[in-house]
Amino acid sequence: MDNLKNEKEIAKSLRRKAISKNWKLFKQSRLGMVGLIIVFFFFILSILQPILFLTGIWDQGTYNPVVGYVDQTQDFLVVECPKEFPTEKYEKRTDCPGRNEVNIKTLFYSDGEVGETIQLNLQPAPPSRDHILGTDSLGRDVFSQIMEGSQVAFLLGILSATLGVGISTLLGTIAAFFGGRVDAYLMRQSDLVLMLPTLPLLFIISAFAELKIWHLAVVLGTIGGLGGSVITIKSQALQVKVKPFVDSARITGGSNMKILFSHVLPNVAPLALLFMVFSVTGAIASESVLSFLGLLNIEMSWGLMIYLAQVEGYIFSGLKFWWLILPAGLSVTFLTGGFYLVGRGLDEVFNPRLRKR
Amino acid sequence: MLTNAVRVVSVNNLIEVRNLVKHFEVSGGLFSRNKRIIKAVDGIDFEIKAGESLGLVGQSGCGKTTTARSLCLLDPKTSGDVNFYNSESQKMESIDEIDDEGLRQFRRNMQMIFQDPYESLNPRWTLKDIIKEPLDIHNIGDLKDREEAVIEILKTVGLTPPQNYLSRYPHEISGGQRQRVSIARTLIMKPKFVICDEPTSMLDVSIRISIMDLMLNLAKELNVSYLYITHDLAVARYMCNRIAVMFNGKIVEIAESEELLQNPIHPYTKRLISSIPIPDPNYKRERYEVNYDELDKIISNNPDKKMIDIGNGHFVASHDTKGFFIET
Repeated sequence: MDNLKNEKEIAKSLRRKAISKNWKLFKQSRLGMVGLIIVFFFFILSILQPILFLTGIWDQGTYNPVVGYVDQTQDFLVVECPKEFPTEKYEKRTDCPGRNEVNIKTLFYSDGEVGETIQLNLQPAPPSRDHILGTDSLGRDVFSQIMEGSQVAFLLGILSATLGVGISTLLGTIAAFFGGRVDAYLMRQSDLVLMLPTLPLLFIISAFAELKIWHLAVVLGTIGGLGGSVITIKSQALQVKVKPFVDSARITGGSNMKILFSHVLPNVAPLALLFMVFSVTGAIASESVLSFLGLLNIEMSWGLMIYLAQVEGYIFSGLKFWWLILPAGLSVTFLTGGFYLVGRGLDEVFNPRLRKR
Repeated sequence: MLTNAVRVVSVNNLIEVRNLVKHFEVSGGLFSRNKRIIKAVDGIDFEIKAGESLGLVGQSGCGKTTTARSLCLLDPKTSGDVNFYNSESQKMESIDEIDDEGLRQFRRNMQMIFQDPYESLNPRWTLKDIIKEPLDIHNIGDLKDREEAVIEILKTVGLTPPQNYLSRYPHEISGGQRQRVSIARTLIMKPKFVICDEPTSMLDVSIRISIMDLMLNLAKELNVSYLYITHDLAVARYMCNRIAVMFNGKIVEIAESEELLQNPIHPYTKRLISSIPIPDPNYKRERYEVNYDELDKIISNNPDKKMIDIGNGHFVASHDTKGFFIET
C-alpha cells in the first residue's frame, strides 16, 4: 500500500515535470507566445460579453450587438446655401451649413423645408465614453459586435477544426494501417477533395441551402478533413506502423483495433493537434469571406460588419469612418495570425528537429 | 537429410521448422507484368529443444530476421511447416492447423525481443503499461495482480526499486535500461520460446555483457528457449548451445557452438570465423577468402539441399550432386 502511494506521488510529480518541460519549450519560441497572447486576448473578449450582460453592467437594449440601439439625435436647422461664394457668413463652400445647421442636400432620410428644425440621427457615431469603438449606422455598439464576432470565430474555428482533424486522423490511420484498396480509395478521394476549390464550392452550397454557423463548421470541417491532411497524417501513421512496438503488440496477439487505437493513434495525435491549430486559421478566414459576401445566414460576425460597412458605402470614405472597418478587419487578421503563431510554437514542441539547441 | 537425421521423435522439441520458405514478390511497377521474386528464406530446417538456445548467424540480408518474423506470424510464410509444442495437449501442433485457442496458447508462449531499444517501446506509454501490455491483451489476472507481476518482473530484470520506474516514460531511461524493460515485457507471460533479434547490437559494449548475462540467467530460471539472431559469432558462442549459419536464405552449417567454432567445414563458416578480430595487434588472423557470387551460384544451381552428417550433431550443406561441398 505504501509502495502504491509512493508510486502515485512519483507519477504525479513526473507528469507535472513533463508539462512544465513542454511549457518551457513552448515559451522558448517567442512567436508562439505572441500568438498565445493574441488568442488569449480574443478569448477574453468573447467570454467578457456574456459576463457584462449578466452582471448588468451593459443593458441589452443599448449594447446588444444585433438589436441594440441608442438614441443619439440632435436638432438641426435646415438652411439653404447661398448661390454666390464667398459671402460674409460662409467663407468656403464646404462651410455652408454652420453649427446645428444642415444643408437641404444632406437630408437623405427626412423631409424638411428651409427654416424648419429637424431631428437628425448622429449614427454612425465615433468612439465616445459610452461606446469605446463607436456605433454603426444602425446605432449598435461596435465593441459589442467585435465581442460577438470573436465568439462566432472561436465557435466556428474550433468546431470545424476538431471535426476536420477527427475525420482526417481516423481516415489517415486507417489508410496507413490497412493499406491496399482502402488506402488507394482514401488517397484518391483526398486528391479529389484537394482539387475542389473550397470557396466557390461554398458559394454554390450557400445558394442551395441557408448556411448557418453550425452548417458552415460541418462543411468546412468535412472538406478540410477529407483533404490534404489525410495524406500527411497517413504518412505519419505509416512511420508509426512499422515501429517494433507495434510488431511486438502483434506478436503478443493484440487485435488490429487495439493496436490502431492504443499504439498508432496516440503517436499520430501530436501532429493531428498541430493540424487542428492550423486549420482554425482557414476556417475563420473562410467564414469572414463568406459573410462579407453576404452568403451566410448569421446574425453577427466580423465579416458581416465589414459587409454592412461596404453596403452602406462607408468603406469608400477612407478612414473617416474607421471604426466601422478597422476593428473587424484587424480582428480577423490578428486572430488568424495568432492561431498560426500558436501552431508554429506547438510545432517546435512536437518536432524536436525544429528545436533550437 | 537434416530432418531425417535429427528427427529424434521426442517431446523435448519445443519448436520444429521444416522447409520454411518465405518469398517476397517485387512488382516491376504499375504497368509491368513481370514480377521479381526475392527468396529471402529458401527452405530451412531446424529445431529447438526446450531450454536450448539456438544462434542464427549470417551476414546482413541473409534472411535471419525474415525467419524470425515468419516464425512469430508477423509475416505469413510462403510454405513450410512450423510445429510448436503445445503443453496442454502434450504434443507438437502445426501452427497452420491450430484453432483460435491454440493460437492464443502459441502467442502466450512466443515472444520477441527487438534490436532497437529506442524504437521497441511505445514513447507515449509509461513503463508499467508497456510491461503489462501482454497481460492486458491476454486478460490475465485483475489489475492488482498485473501490477504486482510488473513489480516482480522489474525486480527480476534488475530495475530496482521498481516504484521508480513504473510511471516513467521510455525516453527518461537509458538504452540498457530500455532493453531490460523489453526483456521484462517479453518475460512477464513466462513464455517458453523467445526470439531475440540482435538484442545487444545497439548497446554499448559495457552494457552488452550485463544484458547477455541477464538473459542467460533468466533462461536458466524460467526455462526459456532462445532463437538468438546475431551477426556476431562471439556473442552467439556466449549465448547459445547450438549455432546455425545462414547464407542467402539457406542454413549451410549447424552444430554445437564449440564444435562449429573449432571445426568449421563449410567455406562460408570458415570465412565468418576468420573475420573475428583477435585483440592482439601483433597477430593477424589469416583471412579465409570466399567468392560469394560463386558460392551463391553453386548453391542456387543445386537446389537439392542435402545436409551431410559429420557426427556430433554437426551438419553441413552439400552443394554438388556428389554430396560434397565445394572447396574454393
